[in-house]
Amino acid sequence: MEKTKVLIGLASCGIAAGANKVYDKLKALQAADNLDIELKKTGCIGMCYREPLVEVIDETGSYLYGEINEEKAVEIFDKHLKQSEPVKDYIVKSDLFESKDDNFWEGQVKIALRNCGVIDPENINEYEEHNGYKAIKNILEGKISKEQVIQTVLDSGIRGRGGGGFPTGLKWRFAQKNEADTKYIICNADEGDPGAFMDRSLLEGDPHAVIEGLVIGSYAIGASEGVIYCRAEYPLAIKRLNIAIGQAREKGYLGKDIMGVKGFNFNLYVKEGAGAFVCGEETALMASIEGERGMPRKRPPFPAEAGLWGKPSNINNVETFANIPYILLNGAESFAKYGTEKSKGTKVFALTGKINHGGSVEVPMGVSIKDIIFKLGGGITDGKKFKAVQLGGPSGGCIPEYLADTIVDYDSVNATGAIMGSGGMVVMDETTCMVDIARFFLDFTCKESCGKCTFCRVGTKRMLEILERITQGEGKEGDIEKLEELAYQIKDNSLCGLGQTAPNPVLTTIKYFRHEYEAHIKDKKCPALNCKKLITYTVNPETCTGCTVCAKNCPTDAIDGARKELHFIRQDACIQCGMCFSKCKFDAITLS
Amino acid sequence: MRVKRILQEKEAALKSSVDLALIDPLIEKFKSKKGNLIPILQGTQDVYGYLPKESFVKIAELTGLKLSEMYGVATFYTQFRLNPVGKHIVKVCHGTACHVQNATAISEAVEDALGIKDGETTEDRLFTLESVACLGCCSLAPVMMIGDETYAKLTGNQAVKIVKEIKIKESN
Repeated sequence: MEKTKVLIGLASCGIAAGANKVYDKLKALQAADNLDIELKKTGCIGMCYREPLVEVIDETGSYLYGEINEEKAVEIFDKHLKQSEPVKDYIVKSDLFESKDDNFWEGQVKIALRNCGVIDPENINEYEEHNGYKAIKNILEGKISKEQVIQTVLDSGIRGRGGGGFPTGLKWRFAQKNEADTKYIICNADEGDPGAFMDRSLLEGDPHAVIEGLVIGSYAIGASEGVIYCRAEYPLAIKRLNIAIGQAREKGYLGKDIMGVKGFNFNLYVKEGAGAFVCGEETALMASIEGERGMPRKRPPFPAEAGLWGKPSNINNVETFANIPYILLNGAESFAKYGTEKSKGTKVFALTGKINHGGSVEVPMGVSIKDIIFKLGGGITDGKKFKAVQLGGPSGGCIPEYLADTIVDYDSVNATGAIMGSGGMVVMDETTCMVDIARFFLDFTCKESCGKCTFCRVGTKRMLEILERITQGEGKEGDIEKLEELAYQIKDNSLCGLGQTAPNPVLTTIKYFRHEYEAHIKDKKCPALNCKKLITYTVNPETCTGCTVCAKNCPTDAIDGARKELHFIRQDACIQCGMCFSKCKFDAITLS
Repeated sequence: MRVKRILQEKEAALKSSVDLALIDPLIEKFKSKKGNLIPILQGTQDVYGYLPKESFVKIAELTGLKLSEMYGVATFYTQFRLNPVGKHIVKVCHGTACHVQNATAISEAVEDALGIKDGETTEDRLFTLESVACLGCCSLAPVMMIGDETYAKLTGNQAVKIVKEIKIKESN
């Protein structure tokens, strides 16, 4: 009989929710009772909204428990692990029971995330047991040529998962064709999009898959040096990558004469970013590795000709690399059978915002946005009305509710004015102000602009000023037109992707939510009741009990009224801080 | 004039209260490596918590890196700090997911409680408040990070409570 396994999801989000305490508790209980079970740390299982997650796999099947704290852990230990009686109340997924969360998994196909939440990311043996390093082994033992590897990648139809959507196989072919004494292969793990965490999940949950993808890439294009450029804000990902690289080197998957093949050398290391969004752009990333300010360079020459240190270089995203071993092991068709005509395979999305089931999901390309949000995502929080979904971060745009039938593939998403991006999907409801969202992104790109191109440096600043004015109720006639004019100027006159796409959040919100802009400018109203300067707080005479809590908490003493009498907010003194609203226990403060 | 100023700074560096010997091993390790500027600055910041002016002068002298280049890089990346920071750095996430879940309220509450603005340090050098772009815990928004600990699904009041608890612990 196999030992009962207990897996605890210990990725950043699990840890933030308290999974470490649960792990320690279970470990202590196991030691105290000397119970013969296997306690394992694993990566992100994907169900972030139910963190901390604990999975028990015994001879009857698998049971995933959600929202576990130390107390519940004791209960699971006593009942399930000691007496084989599963604690049904906490189960969120099981082969044996139905659960209200089952729809979260429906339609998901795990290719990139195949091992996340399954294996211990800090143990290379587990990766090997799950077909790990088998793809590279097959290639080297079967003497499969570089050309064949590239052809398989091309046939699979995989396109850059970082958001660009350039066919990976083609990129590899360009880099392979350029002869040089040293070539570089780089993994872009500088996941800077606010609202996206797919790459973090992958790196924390299955670092070896990314490393194997890099080894295969290095073989195909003939690169002897590799760099994983990871943002410093992901300390756990960096730690696990370094552990994995050490293990892979020891086992001979990295280093000199890999797996006994003379002359196949590949050296890989992790480079920590220093916090600059623009470094997600490939030429800026290379400048940053070289120790300079991360400013994009002019292309051509393209990195495939002259990239890092002037040598031919190839750069792909984390998720792209994680897919590569699967494709090479199972054949191009195993990947290409999913998806649409021009966008093959699956895509990982990070579902966040006003959604019930926030987490990471992997679905075949071609699924509709509506299905992702309402089926997998479980709909909008608090039963509110769905307004829009933001795709592609600061380079993307907002897709309105009436276009929710749009399917996720590169071309369909582009047609809406948004971009596929790396996979961040931030859901917004009726309380989200679209002008404020546009302002939020412009504030971000304005701060992150490297300053090289005037249009991006100054233009985003001017756009931000206009948006700030509008959200503060000082919008003027003609502001929308001015925003549009600036947007097209910035798009046309910027060197890199950051500037060329920076106006997208503004353009898509103007396109789909022009009425909200107009309400701010003409009527001085914020329909979502979000922009502070444009809302009024009043006391509802019917529910006010005269408890004086609001008056006591008002920082500007703008509320008058004696005990047990109706209170009154003096609008001239009110600074719309919302303190009374949050303190009132009787819902007697109304927003309008 | 310029030469004089640099000489003065060198002198100041020698007399400084910062123990510059602490970064000797770091400089030795990266001295001859290409692309060493960012790792050296990162290492220096790990030692002091920020980049002291004196350290720039010393690194420049020993590695041949130009002061202007170093300053350019140090001010380009958000990771680098030119001023000393508090013992605890309170990072309030302002990623998209946190923004739509009202991260501003968290920042404002902490600002009020500590009496400092974003980017500032309290007088007792206990806390520095920072807004950060994204901590990658989007489905637990809004979040805040202090040290290695991440606090999830916060409200303004909870955030203030956490900060105050640390303050009480420190004063004991």
